Amino acid sequence: MALVQQSSPHAHRARPTSRIMLWVMIATVPGLLAQTVFFGWGNLINVVWCIALALATEAAILKWRSKPVGFFLKDNTAAVTGLLLGLSLPQFAPWWVSAVAVFSAIVVAKQLYGGLGSNPFNPAMVGYALVLISFPLAMTTNWAAPVGLGQDAPGFGETLSAIASGQQTAVDGWTMATPLDEYKHKVGSHTAAEITVHPTFGNFVARGWEWVNAAFLAGGLVLLALRIISWHIPVGFLGGLVAMSLLFGTNADQYAPLSLHLLAGGTMLGAFFIATDPVSAATSRQGKLIYAVGIGALVYLIRSWGNYPDAVAFSVLLMNFAVPFIDYYTPPRTYGHHKARRGLPTRKQG
Amino acid sequence: MTQLWNFGGGIHPPENKSQSSNRPIRSAGLPARLVLPLQQHIGEPARCIVEPGQKVLKGEVIAQVGNGMGVPVHAPTSGIVQRISLEPVPHPSGMSDTCVVLIPDGEERWCELVPQPEYRKLERDKVLALIRQAGIVGLGGAGFPTNIKLRPSVDRKVDTLILNGAECEPYITADDMTMREKADQVMAGLRIMAWLLRPSRVVIGIEKNKPEAIAALRQAAEGSKTEIAVIPTIYPSGGEKQLIQILTGQEVPSGGIPADIGVICQNIGTAVAVADAILQGRPLISRVMTATGEALAEPGNFEVLIGTPASHLLTCAGVSKQHMSRLVLGGPMMGYTLQNTDTPLIKTSNCVIAASASELPAPAPEQPCIRCGLCAEACPMELLPQQLFWHAKATEFEKAEHLNLFDCIECGACSYVCPSSIPLVQYYRFAKGEIRLQRAEQQKSDRARVRFEARQQRLDREQQEKDQRRKDRALAAAKAQEQKTSDAQTTVQDGTVTNERSGKSALVEQALARKKAKAAAASAERTEFATQLSKEAAPSETFTPEHAGKIAVAETVPSVEELEQQLTQVQIKLEKMQSMLEDARSGQAPNVDKLERAVDKNIERVRRAQRAIDDA
Repeated sequence: MALVQQSSPHAHRARPTSRIMLWVMIATVPGLLAQTVFFGWGNLINVVWCIALALATEAAILKWRSKPVGFFLKDNTAAVTGLLLGLSLPQFAPWWVSAVAVFSAIVVAKQLYGGLGSNPFNPAMVGYALVLISFPLAMTTNWAAPVGLGQDAPGFGETLSAIASGQQTAVDGWTMATPLDEYKHKVGSHTAAEITVHPTFGNFVARGWEWVNAAFLAGGLVLLALRIISWHIPVGFLGGLVAMSLLFGTNADQYAPLSLHLLAGGTMLGAFFIATDPVSAATSRQGKLIYAVGIGALVYLIRSWGNYPDAVAFSVLLMNFAVPFIDYYTPPRTYGHHKARRGLPTRKQG
Repeated sequence: MTQLWNFGGGIHPPENKSQSSNRPIRSAGLPARLVLPLQQHIGEPARCIVEPGQKVLKGEVIAQVGNGMGVPVHAPTSGIVQRISLEPVPHPSGMSDTCVVLIPDGEERWCELVPQPEYRKLERDKVLALIRQAGIVGLGGAGFPTNIKLRPSVDRKVDTLILNGAECEPYITADDMTMREKADQVMAGLRIMAWLLRPSRVVIGIEKNKPEAIAALRQAAEGSKTEIAVIPTIYPSGGEKQLIQILTGQEVPSGGIPADIGVICQNIGTAVAVADAILQGRPLISRVMTATGEALAEPGNFEVLIGTPASHLLTCAGVSKQHMSRLVLGGPMMGYTLQNTDTPLIKTSNCVIAASASELPAPAPEQPCIRCGLCAEACPMELLPQQLFWHAKATEFEKAEHLNLFDCIECGACSYVCPSSIPLVQYYRFAKGEIRLQRAEQQKSDRARVRFEARQQRLDREQQEKDQRRKDRALAAAKAQEQKTSDAQTTVQDGTVTNERSGKSALVEQALARKKAKAAAASAERTEFATQLSKEAAPSETFTPEHAGKIAVAETVPSVEELEQQLTQVQIKLEKMQSMLEDARSGQAPNVDKLERAVDKNIERVRRAQRAIDDA
């Protein structure tokens, strides 16, 4: 009778990484549905394309790195990266823009840094930022007008062919500037009332965008309820954004109002699904708060005074840079100690 | 209602306690042989005092300890010592250690027991000695000698005595059943410990999931000041540090012990053992253990003799060997697997889990850490397990230590929740072991360096001294040479010799004469010394208090003859000294001063001797 020799603990109740990632994907469904309803088929096609591409590139590079392909593909992390890119790229982004984004996310930002768990930057945001800087035309002019699946809107086939055609810009009339873009460019010469007559703003905050953000918020709350993410990052992110907005932007004729900051662009997707990527985020509770408040503040800074209308990708990446530093200075106080040991070990502390 | 505090982290593993908690405690009976390790606790191993073939009685001490930290081992039943040999002992490494193998004779003949029901009339130290002599160690797991824990150092006033009945590990119900069935004994042991420590607060902490135990103890504690604190069911609330935090809100300082904050924590089973030892005089020869797991047909709690092989207990519980895939000693969170079913169960063994393969399945293969932080959420010590893992894996031990690696209690909560199924605790154990090893190496090399430096200093000093002596000798030789030439010149001037050669020969003759005189004097001195010695030795040989008076009398009235004898001796010595002095003076020897003093002393002696004769 051979007895199994095993180190303690002998009991495990872990929710494996693959299931956590699956839940993340499920939680994005409301947002994806809202995007489809308000902005047409574009994101849905992008998501499918990006996931397929992400899995393919991941498999190829795993094989190239002589890693067990099936074992790592099953953890669903590549699929999540593809999914997040598909959700955040413009609806009519040409196929090759998505491909470059996915390739740089999976191959460069993830696998060339050592694979799952070793990447210092959020892969999806690396891919996004890369194509945003490299292909500004394709990335700014391909946002769908918020006509959704209405009669004027392009159908599935038309959308697919627009994406697959590989043209830098989609058909005029289907596309429109995003509300943040619109506000940013007009706020210097127009009043808030004049800006918001543009069709992208609709009746409430930003036509369609508010519902998409609300749907991502709902999905994010599911993740919170399932304890897949902790409250620190979303609350810190939104808190930082709100605080900056209240501090600087109370005048709607000068700066975008708080409602627009919260419910337009990638705010909720960023707060619940992107900044919360555990691999590239800070570790301790305090560290997570600092990291997230930093992202929120940077989002406001770049949106208000930078050159880009939305800033989630840049903010996340900038704070990813700061994570090792934050981690060194935010360990919790251990039981039985007077205070936390901050900073790097020194010889003296022995 | 006792105020409770929270500790950070904690998990809720499935309890799995109902298998063994619905049956009363049974006796596991007498196994065919008992294997008693000489060390069943922290501290020094006991020294075996029996021999193979010797008959022992139940409760008789078979291994005793010195003055250090340790407790004796007793024979759990009467029988014959078969052998004293290396046997596998319960240890994560599966190592072997010296054990006494006892073959029971089935007669269960007790040795004489001395109960002390009136312990309050004894000295506290005496009661502590009885507890030590009864071989009691903490039955919670670590096995710290109880008598030492019950005697905190003088500068530590114990305010709170905690009895740990939390039993937070899944599966284990030994303490639960003990509290249910032996509540009075628990209280009696608690009273003894409270009498020893005189704390201002006595509290028993029990997890909420043991309602029967809580009720039994409430009843037993009625009328006493003992608090029964019902604490939330969360793992690891039964960890000493966590329980102290829950019940007092205080934290044991890192690297310290509970007594540092005025708290002492004892296990339920320990209290029963103390009660048995003092009130019945019965040493610790058995304890309640849980035998559970899906491979057992009749799991339950058993009164097991210390030294019973695990296989015997498993048979009692109806083991199905083909279903058993893993044999865990202790709980599923902190216990370790046994390699051998013959391993004996000892004082610190509280549970045996015969698990089937489906019950405790092998963990999934390790995946990369995604830094999800669930481990940090679960850690009851508020550590950063993932960082510790990272540093341990990268062998950056300094950084791991900086993040308080050594505060890890190895409760396994982090591994339990890890989605990447990383065996985190194993990494911490590895890192701790490596650091300890490095420290030992460091100490060794430090000592070697100190030794080397000391040796180097000594060699340098010796060399310097040697050089100095050489210089002195050279100087003396030069001086002597100078003297020689000057002497020769004086003789030439005196006209006794005509040339240098004759001068030299005169010097040589003088030296020879001196030497002869010296030798004669020395032999005379030797004989004198010998007689003196024999005189002095004679009384000292027979010196006893009874003789003291006689000798004193003899000394006070010396005869005139003796005094005269002494006088002549001293006179002879004086003459000798004087002649030696003259020799020395003529030869310019360096001991002139010394001889002069000696002569003076002898003159004084002669005078005294003369006076003594005159007086007589």
